[in-house]
Amino acid sequence: MNKVFFGLLAISVWAACTSGEKKTLPIYGSRQPVTKTVNGKTVTDTIYQTIPKFKFVNQYGDSITNKSLDGDIYVADFFFTTCPSICPLMARNMLKVYNTFKNTGNFKIISHTIDPKHDTVPALKKYADKLGVTGNTWWFLRGEKEDTYNIAEKSYLVAVSKDSTAAGGYVHQGYFVLVDKQKRVRGAYDGTDPKQVDQLIADIKTLQAEPDEMIVQ
Amino acid sequence: MKIRFVIGLVLFFTVLFIISCESDSSIEFKRYYSEGAQIYQTRCQNCHGKNGEGLLSLIPPLTDSIYFKNNKATLACFIRRGSKDPIVVNGKGFASVMPRQDLAPVELAEVITYIQNSFGNKFGLTEVDDVQRVLNNCK
Repeated sequence: MNKVFFGLLAISVWAACTSGEKKTLPIYGSRQPVTKTVNGKTVTDTIYQTIPKFKFVNQYGDSITNKSLDGDIYVADFFFTTCPSICPLMARNMLKVYNTFKNTGNFKIISHTIDPKHDTVPALKKYADKLGVTGNTWWFLRGEKEDTYNIAEKSYLVAVSKDSTAAGGYVHQGYFVLVDKQKRVRGAYDGTDPKQVDQLIADIKTLQAEPDEMIVQ
Repeated sequence: MKIRFVIGLVLFFTVLFIISCESDSSIEFKRYYSEGAQIYQTRCQNCHGKNGEGLLSLIPPLTDSIYFKNNKATLACFIRRGSKDPIVVNGKGFASVMPRQDLAPVELAEVITYIQNSFGNKFGLTEVDDVQRVLNNCK
């Protein structure tokens, strides 16, 4: 009896310690248990929702697909260059993320315009120039409006509560969405709130330290 | 003796007058300034920044006293009507659109008082009458 008690105690202490040491970020979106047979044994695996295929064009006129982000941790957001209300604030906060990680490699930011009619490739390039953004760490992406809204609402913003009934939904609400190397959503942050953006920066570092093959249940 | 008393009395009232005058306008200034700070937070800060620093080459800073001095006669119009024209601030060109702000003349006076006495500017009080005069002559 005593042995069992101390055994349980030891396990719980160990569990508490390890959970304190290594912070893991939640995985958002739907998940499916998949049962398969490996070497004659039945194994249950979990398949997580991932960002699906997409194709957009960046500020240099280059075609950018989901493959362009293979092996990268990235942050996605939605904006338009002439947005007078929250976008400058989002840009100011995203610049902090950009400046923190622009030299680390395997990291990207993709900002999707929700006004492709006005935000042409040259308009996006001009915007990037004005923010001092060069190179290929931060892409400003343009595509069909429908495609952008679709991927926003069905894929990126799964972590955002659906209590908003505002026209256009939460696409307009300035979220920064964190995506891991396996293309799973790991967090959503209010891009207008400097404190949440600091949390995003901390969480990116947590993700960078996560082993590539790690699967969190 | 009597003359001294009269001179003393006159001096006393002169000093009292000056002090009360000054504190009157200083109270007015503080009221405008603090109201203006509130308006700035809700209407201007997202773009122009907490410290009036602007945003790189995208949004002009509010730290250029010379610009304010040169545009004294149009600033209220500029804020109220917005602008699409390129401007030069701190020697740097800016071509972004400034959206119009639906502010009452007194609110314009308050926010101008705040901006023009923050971020390194020192222009003193802009009163509602000053703003009204400018607004009457908006192009």
